[in-house]
Amino acid sequence: MGTLLEVEDLTVWLATRNGPRKAVDGLSFRVDSGEVFGIAGESGSGKTMTAMALLGLLPHAARTGGRAVFEGRDLLAMKPRELRDVRGRSIAMVSQDPSTSLHPMLSIETQVTEHMRHHLGIGRSEARGRAVELLSTVRIPDPERALGAHPAQFSGGMRQRIAIAVALACEPRLLLADEPTTALDVTVQAGILRLLDRLRRERDLAVVVITHDLGVMSAVADRICVMYGGRTAEVGPRETVLTHPRHPYTRGLLDALPHPEGGAAALRPIPGSPPSLGAVPDGCPFHPRCAFAVDSCRVDRPEPVLIGSDHRLACPPDPLGESA
Amino acid sequence: MSALLEATGVAVEYHRTGAPPLRAVDHADLTLARGEILGLVGESGCGKSTLGRAVVGLQPTAAGEIRFDGRPVAPLGLRRRPPGMRGLQMVFQDPYASLNPRRLVGDQVGDGYLLGGTSKTEARRRAGELLERVGLPADAVKRYPHEFSGGQRQRIAIARTLAAEPSCIIADEPISALDASAQASVANLLVELVRELDMGLVFISHDLSVVRQIADRTAVMYLGRVVEVGPTRQVWSEPAHPYTKALISAVPRADGAGVLPVELPGDVPDPSRPPGGCRFHPRCPVALPSCAHDDPPLTILRDGRSAACVLAK
Ligand SMILES: Nc1ncnc2c1ncn2[C@@H]1O[C@H](COP(=O)(O)OP(=O)(O)OP(=O)(O)O)[C@@H](O)[C@H]1O
Ligand SMILES: Nc1ncnc2c1ncn2[C@@H]1O[C@H](COP(=O)(O)OP(=O)(O)O)[C@@H](O)[C@H]1O
Ligand code: SF4
Ligand code: SF4
Ligand SMILES: [Mg+2]
Ligand SMILES: [Mg+2]
Repeated sequence: MGTLLEVEDLTVWLATRNGPRKAVDGLSFRVDSGEVFGIAGESGSGKTMTAMALLGLLPHAARTGGRAVFEGRDLLAMKPRELRDVRGRSIAMVSQDPSTSLHPMLSIETQVTEHMRHHLGIGRSEARGRAVELLSTVRIPDPERALGAHPAQFSGGMRQRIAIAVALACEPRLLLADEPTTALDVTVQAGILRLLDRLRRERDLAVVVITHDLGVMSAVADRICVMYGGRTAEVGPRETVLTHPRHPYTRGLLDALPHPEGGAAALRPIPGSPPSLGAVPDGCPFHPRCAFAVDSCRVDRPEPVLIGSDHRLACPPDPLGESA
Repeated sequence: MSALLEATGVAVEYHRTGAPPLRAVDHADLTLARGEILGLVGESGCGKSTLGRAVVGLQPTAAGEIRFDGRPVAPLGLRRRPPGMRGLQMVFQDPYASLNPRRLVGDQVGDGYLLGGTSKTEARRRAGELLERVGLPADAVKRYPHEFSGGQRQRIAIARTLAAEPSCIIADEPISALDASAQASVANLLVELVRELDMGLVFISHDLSVVRQIADRTAVMYLGRVVEVGPTRQVWSEPAHPYTKALISAVPRADGAGVLPVELPGDVPDPSRPPGGCRFHPRCPVALPSCAHDDPPLTILRDGRSAACVLAK
């Protein structure tokens, strides 16, 4: 498996009333072809802004720093035109709410074939044939008939499947899925997760799944990056991060989950709440909420360092490490 | 033990112009005791919120009976709530929508006391106490809702509900809009309040794992009906209804094992045209031929819980 996307020191400044503020601050990760890479963290940790930066879809007056090399080219240095070409063709996006990614007034056919015809230069009937195939790939019943329908005629889960079909239209190498199942029932979520897993196996598609739900992460991701305050807390293989977390924040997120076997014990929340934009504390961004913080945590900015096979940790005191 | 809240055979219909009425809840039963937490789960659109609103009298019923503290709950008409019904309160998913952005938090929480006939200064003082009780700083009284995070706003909404001194709260997805950590702390708060004040709580949620952790009993709804209800531990470890089983297997676990959850194929049918026979039969993995025409009622099983399935004994 080769590296498909290499993000280095990604920084995103958003324009606020008080001037530019960092929503993402020096994030680095790589995505291999055909893998599912997960980005986890509480809301406001910068997950969506990371995806938007890669797609060149940041809000007005935002600036970026660092590099994001995709198939040999830096996405952050591309002209808007070039980026438009990559977007929709090699990199596609699925968002939380299918009603925002699908146009309510356009037929399913128009939406699935639009990019194909634009990017691949194929004719109407060929595009239509491909659209039928795609809709059956994502398991829309009676795809021929679905082409003539409008989004409102489908349930939320079906709409998300159609949004995935639209994203897959030009056979992208990378799919960015931002909270793709957050708005769905668990029963429907299970179907979408299975679909994403099948697509990456059958199509050698790499998927970046962004979610705050560690259960979803555990089901589909090969590797996981846990973000906090716009930075990497910990990144590594799924099993390592979820069964032997080394960052106190990852540990806290896992401890806050209901116990899988239920029981009468109280839930264990992380005290405090995540920082808001422009109010990320100095030193380790997690220090005000961390039970293990020492003096240096308030001053020194931790950088992710390799602590095991493909496992990086941004917590120098490493209180959950073996030696501690 | 007599029930604090008892709903029997409740039906709720939404009237639509140019279409037959939509029966969103059809013959649903619920009971709740003091000091008890009842989790109400089911897929989107199955009627959880509608049933929740009906039992507090915010939604007229088409059939059935609802009793709170032994008295019938009448739907809220144009007139004020009868005093006996102030003990029955509702908490909603979006705390921001239920708080007034332009009024001080202390005044909004104190409203409940004013309605109960308390003086203004006394209402303020007690509002401060309640805000501290739900885990907010004392100065929250003099601040506005937008100055708080989502989790804190939900605490404010809960404090406001507590000012009515309720003995029963219906909470409709009270933590669904919050981050995992805030979810845990608000869920803990609700559990503590129920135990401390000996209240009843109906906790409506689509998050099954939270319900499993905090509910004493769990009721599972499908297409307007309660299809299984019983002690949480029983319902989860040995679901009696195939739908309950499907819901449980669809929950992904954060155990790092990389196991995909089990899919329940098909969509929830249109509630205006529910399938004949058992309502779950088109999606049921173990349906018998007879399920297409026999509609099983909610029946008490050997172990004391109830389920609506021919296979449940
Ligand atoms: N005001 C309304 N008018 C007409 N139909 C409605 C109305 N409110 C709800 N319904 C319908 O009634 C059914 C039950 O809705 P309800 O909101 O009670 O479901 P729910 O279980 O709370 O779902 P969710 O998990 O999405 O909150 C649905 O089919 C819904 O579309
Ligand atoms: N359009 C915007 N304008 C200003 N701030 C924003 C905007 N979008 C997001 N933010 C802020 O940027 C930070 C990161 O946001 P986001 O990437 O959306 O987080 P996540 O997806 O992890 O929840 C947050 O503090 C958020 O409030
Ligand atoms: S660096 Fe310090 S404050 Fe940050 S997580 Fe590690 S121990 Fe806690
Ligand atoms: S009654 Fe039949 S269709 Fe309904 S849940 Fe039981 S087995 Fe399935
Ligand atoms: Mg986001
Ligand atoms: Mg609802």
